[in-house]
Amino acid sequence: MDMHFDKHHVLHELKHYLPAQAPLKDFVHHNTLHAFQQDEFFIGLKKSNTLFGYKTTLPLWDYRARFGRGEISQGAVDFALCELPEVEKVAWWQKMQFTDYHQESFERIGHLRGTWKRIRGIDLDALVHPILFRLINSYLDQGIAMWTFPESRTSTFREAVAELERSSVASLFYSSEARTALCDPQFQLEDALNKVVGDPSLYGHYLFDQQFAHQGWSGMVSTIEDLPHSLLDQRPVRLEDFILVELLLEWDALLHHEGLAVKPLAAYLDGRPEDLFAPIEFSEKDQVLKYWQEAMEWSFYDTVLLGMREGAKFAVAKTSPKVQAFFCIDDRECSFRRHLEAVNPSIQTYGTPGFFGIDTYYLPEGAKFPVKVCPAPVTPKHGIKSTQTVARPKERNLEKGSHSVLGGWLLTQTLGFLALFKLARHLIRPSKQAGTSLAFDHVDPKSSLSVVYEGAHEHGLQIGYKLSEMADRVASVLTTTGLTSDFAPLVYIVGHGASSTNNPHFAAYDCGACSGRAGSVNSRAYCSMANNPEVRAVLAERGIQIPPTTHFVPALRDTTRDEIAFYDTDAIPSELRAPHQAFALDCEHASAVNAQERARRFVAVPLGTSATAARTHVQRRSTSLFEPRPELNHATNALAIVAPRTVTDHVFLDRRAFLNSYDPAKDPEGLGLQAILGAAAPVCGGINLEYYFSRVDNQRLGAGTKLPHNVMGLIGVANGIDGDLRPGLPSQMIEVHDPLRLLLVVVQSRGIVQKVLDRAPATRAWFDAAWIHFVAIDPESMTPYRYVPGGGFQAYEPFTRELPVTSNPSLLTATTRENIPVHVIKPSA
Amino acid sequence: MNNLLLCITLAPFLAYFVVLLLPARAERLISRWSIGAALTHFVTVLGAVAVWLGRGRVPWTDLNLSLYTSSDYQFVIAIHLDYIAAVFLLLGSALFTLVVTYSSVYMHREKGYARFFANVWFFYMGYTLTVVAGNFETLFAGWEVLGVSSFLLIAFYRDRYLPVKNALKVFSVYRIADVGLLLAMWMSHHFWHANVPFTVLEMHDLVREHVVDHAGMAWVIGLMLLLTAMAKSAQLPFTTWLPRAMEGPTPSSAIFYGSLSVHMGAFILIRTHAFWMELPGFAWIVVGIGLSTALVATGIARVQSSVKAQIAYASAAQIGVIFIEIALGWNTLALIHISGNALLRTYQLLISPSVVTYQIREQLFGFDPSHSSRERILPSRLRDTLYVLSLNEFNLDTLMYQSLWNPLKKAGKMLGFLTVTSAMALFGPMIMVMVAFLLRPEFMPGWLVPAMPYVAASIAVASVLKAFSERRHARLAWFLIVMNHTFIALAIAFNADFDVASTFLYLGGIYIAALVGVFALEHMRLREGGIDLTRFHGHYYEYPRTSFVVLLASLGISGFPITTAFLGEDLLFAHIGDHQLGLAVLFAVSFVVDGLAAMRIFARLFFGPHSKTYHEVAYRSS
Repeated sequence: MDMHFDKHHVLHELKHYLPAQAPLKDFVHHNTLHAFQQDEFFIGLKKSNTLFGYKTTLPLWDYRARFGRGEISQGAVDFALCELPEVEKVAWWQKMQFTDYHQESFERIGHLRGTWKRIRGIDLDALVHPILFRLINSYLDQGIAMWTFPESRTSTFREAVAELERSSVASLFYSSEARTALCDPQFQLEDALNKVVGDPSLYGHYLFDQQFAHQGWSGMVSTIEDLPHSLLDQRPVRLEDFILVELLLEWDALLHHEGLAVKPLAAYLDGRPEDLFAPIEFSEKDQVLKYWQEAMEWSFYDTVLLGMREGAKFAVAKTSPKVQAFFCIDDRECSFRRHLEAVNPSIQTYGTPGFFGIDTYYLPEGAKFPVKVCPAPVTPKHGIKSTQTVARPKERNLEKGSHSVLGGWLLTQTLGFLALFKLARHLIRPSKQAGTSLAFDHVDPKSSLSVVYEGAHEHGLQIGYKLSEMADRVASVLTTTGLTSDFAPLVYIVGHGASSTNNPHFAAYDCGACSGRAGSVNSRAYCSMANNPEVRAVLAERGIQIPPTTHFVPALRDTTRDEIAFYDTDAIPSELRAPHQAFALDCEHASAVNAQERARRFVAVPLGTSATAARTHVQRRSTSLFEPRPELNHATNALAIVAPRTVTDHVFLDRRAFLNSYDPAKDPEGLGLQAILGAAAPVCGGINLEYYFSRVDNQRLGAGTKLPHNVMGLIGVANGIDGDLRPGLPSQMIEVHDPLRLLLVVVQSRGIVQKVLDRAPATRAWFDAAWIHFVAIDPESMTPYRYVPGGGFQAYEPFTRELPVTSNPSLLTATTRENIPVHVIKPSA
Repeated sequence: MNNLLLCITLAPFLAYFVVLLLPARAERLISRWSIGAALTHFVTVLGAVAVWLGRGRVPWTDLNLSLYTSSDYQFVIAIHLDYIAAVFLLLGSALFTLVVTYSSVYMHREKGYARFFANVWFFYMGYTLTVVAGNFETLFAGWEVLGVSSFLLIAFYRDRYLPVKNALKVFSVYRIADVGLLLAMWMSHHFWHANVPFTVLEMHDLVREHVVDHAGMAWVIGLMLLLTAMAKSAQLPFTTWLPRAMEGPTPSSAIFYGSLSVHMGAFILIRTHAFWMELPGFAWIVVGIGLSTALVATGIARVQSSVKAQIAYASAAQIGVIFIEIALGWNTLALIHISGNALLRTYQLLISPSVVTYQIREQLFGFDPSHSSRERILPSRLRDTLYVLSLNEFNLDTLMYQSLWNPLKKAGKMLGFLTVTSAMALFGPMIMVMVAFLLRPEFMPGWLVPAMPYVAASIAVASVLKAFSERRHARLAWFLIVMNHTFIALAIAFNADFDVASTFLYLGGIYIAALVGVFALEHMRLREGGIDLTRFHGHYYEYPRTSFVVLLASLGISGFPITTAFLGEDLLFAHIGDHQLGLAVLFAVSFVVDGLAAMRIFARLFFGPHSKTYHEVAYRSS
């Protein structure tokens, strides 16, 4: 840290390191340790551990136990150590197995500010946090409080609190000094720091200590400052104001505790604190953990690469398929596609990000705000409106009525008794209610969407798309996935969503490519464009001939309930009605077996339960108030595969892969690949790393168990009423997850892939710093080439000699609740 | 048929012990047993109430067991069923069954699944005993169980700081309620010249006659009962504990702090209603408390931006209204209101996570930027003042801390010079002199005789205050608690005829618990080096068994009904004369504080974020 204080620099640094999770309504998965991403993975992890005390790998004993159970193979250990000279290998292997390391971590953060407690016996956290959290929560609140914070929409946090102090007779402060300072607009951050800390060279350090004592709230403030639209009811909040108010509360507490004689912290210091960002030391223990982590990862990756090579031997290109169906790349669709293809081998499936290139806001009829339904980093210029919606049932919400004296008096004695019966009935037969978020509720199937631009603008958005814009979007999905000819008569565009009840993290279960919402608007819009004859004419000019006999049908799959809904079915030509019915029936079958496969993870369902019973069970979960795990979401994800389906359909990947369709033959320049990787690396990598970190340190990088969570201001959750916000994933989402980095596999020749990487430095950075493992498989020889950070590709020969073979994956999933190793699926006769 | 009520009372004990015996990982076994037992209990309660209705709704006493009898004192365990008990039993067993069923799925895979069910059964056991109690002594036993089980439920996530801190906070308010009850029991003993069953309170003429004769005593009883009710039902100025109790898994917060536990104050008011209604003007005090709580808590509820705190304050406000109803004599209405409030708040808390789903939806379609709160009609100065006060919870939390605990701590700090050695050197001779005086009263100067009980009791209080404020040595604090009890026993010995049997009952129980504690603490000291009380250590992580032993010892040493000290405690009070209010207060203070001090030692050593960081450890702010 510098000897002088550069406010903007320090605030910038703080914002860089603080958690970046948005308010609950838009749950977007991202790398929890994004601040360290410019460093090599293990260096970044070590830095975060040294600075903040995060656990960043499994504990040593866990790796050893996994080795003992055979989950980490000897081959992978050898691979992890392969770059060492022969003599050292033995020594390291000994250390990995037997050395006892001191495993306590001592983070650098917090020691400077901790001086107040250590030397002066003042517990500033206890004195300041409760009121600070209550203030900021009330200010940001989106609709829990019945009496809202005065002037919160128009004034910054500091002004709003100051205004309140000016007009109120009672005060939040003990001392008039702090109160006066708050109300004096000339009094700035530096002045407050001068009062509390005293030495400008310590300001930056102190602010890190202070803000990371409640990184949940600070991160939320910082995120809302950067993304004001993440709140519907916006607040002009700034991190600087928040810090200033906190400093004033601290000063006030000090004045109250120590009297006017209180000196700033610098006066009490018994030595200079260690610089937060001093160089770190990568110890022997860190090296051992690194080897173990890599060994654990390659134990799995190796079987995947071998499996793809072996499975590809059975590859048969499907000729003139009856149906083509697009699904999201989401790992939850991995098993459904397998089942659908098994039910009816004439169905060809594709994977592409589930917003289907429709970068838009959705404006439901009667809504006051546009709803973003495309990836979070995209800022759409378009909007799609729904009209002719069947009247939305008005929900009777008597919650708030019962919180007043009189209303409560009336309601408790009447509805109170009803609650008993409601609860009893619900326990016996859970059913949908106000707290249920159903995927199919996202868009009313009877409504019509304004897909074509007709000159209207709302909320600064162009409503609908122009002809060329539609053609671009339709073409983009078709070209990246390689479907530019041989169209089947029916092409399904299947978005996905999830359903859950009583779940503040509901958005985390929906489609990530749609900013945590269902993909039904996108699939309907896409099909409407693709069925548009004018659009098809433009596409034909561009070389994509969609025959007039082909019809696109939008659909939405509920990944929790294993249900599928089709939209705009009236538009299906009569001759395709029968095949459509047949496909719907195939989906029914596939849904049931998919539910059966998923149910193996739920202890409440005995192994070997019938498909029908399993499906009833998973549907029940989605509407149960008392079910903290409606589904397991992305848990166990570890792979992203960009390849033709023929490379993946004969390998059993146990729902662990994001699957993006891609035809290397049709992409000689790698432009399609570049587009795919540009989205897949951050999205899949973000999901994967959020699961990784929430799993390895659920207390600090995850949200802890969700059972005691209390909803704060509709924007976050905390434990109890005066706890800090808990960003990250709750333990119920990650408990079955194994922390493996993502392995991104691309089937394309090295030359083209190299070109793509050269053109896309942002994508490449993920692989260079090894936050994602990257492998390119040559489409001709099926030889995998591992990307060596900074050093190009290296041929990879799997050390696993043989993979188990199955001809019926259902037999595998019916017998175990644990992860199932990669199998080669042999076509039955 | 005759033992039906007894079965209802004992069944939760049985269910609790079975849960304790079941293997901790056997989720299915635990949940099936719990649901089955709860359902059976509910059906039995229905049956019992039906029988009671059939018998013409006359209070039905099922047990009158004398645990201890001496010439002038009897400790009787009595249970009975009347309309109050019937309502509370029905309410409790219905809610309990639902919430146990709810939790059996909700708690799946949670660390401490078995512990959760054991705790809720433990709570329910205390609840049942309290509501069917036929006299104060029985009620007090149930009451103590409620307090301890609440502590354990709030601190369910014992590896985090805030749950543990708040559990101690709530426990300390509960201790205030305990002291109110203890003093009420003591006065009541003198008032009736015996330990009377609650049925006596319903004999209006008799009560009236007594009240006229002993108005002062009657007022002490009434006020102490009211204090108890206020603390337990989160009325002003105690209201702030209620939202802070919402630290455990949502279902336990819902049923206990949303409903059953928080209505126990109202219960005790209805239970003793016939008595205090005879005190002229008393009802208006109750109305005043109820009304002010209703208004203030509603104000606080209106500004709450966290959903559970909002429900908690709204519930406290309704209990304020319930207090008014009881004061006005509308007991039936109050019982309906209690049930409705309990059921509604349980439901609201259970579905509280849903608020994001439906409120965001509502906001999306119904947002009105010009909408402002109802308070806009107030003049801005008044409005903003009320807003600040409500946001700051009318400073009640700080007030409680500053007016109650700070003086105690300060008083304790004055004895800062004490160490284990100096304490022994100081107290040893004192005890010897006092015992000598007891054996040879003729050596005691005449003027000292009446003062001796006060001297001993004051030393007792001083030592327990020091135990409470001791920051460094766990062993010293423990030793001082033992000293407290010893001097209390001495004070009694000086006060009344030296009663070997009751002293034996009392000190015997305490010393056994104390010894167990000494061994366990010594075990910890040897393994972990010096154990200071400046922070939470979280040692349960490595020493789950020792932590359980110390918990039991702490309960034992604070007079919890697991040792004979519980009987003795009540007995000792009986030896304080009706004119010795000062002595009674000294006794009461030392009981409150020694319970706190013991739980504090336990919590600081074994709860909170673990001091060793080789595994995931929670932030302090979580």
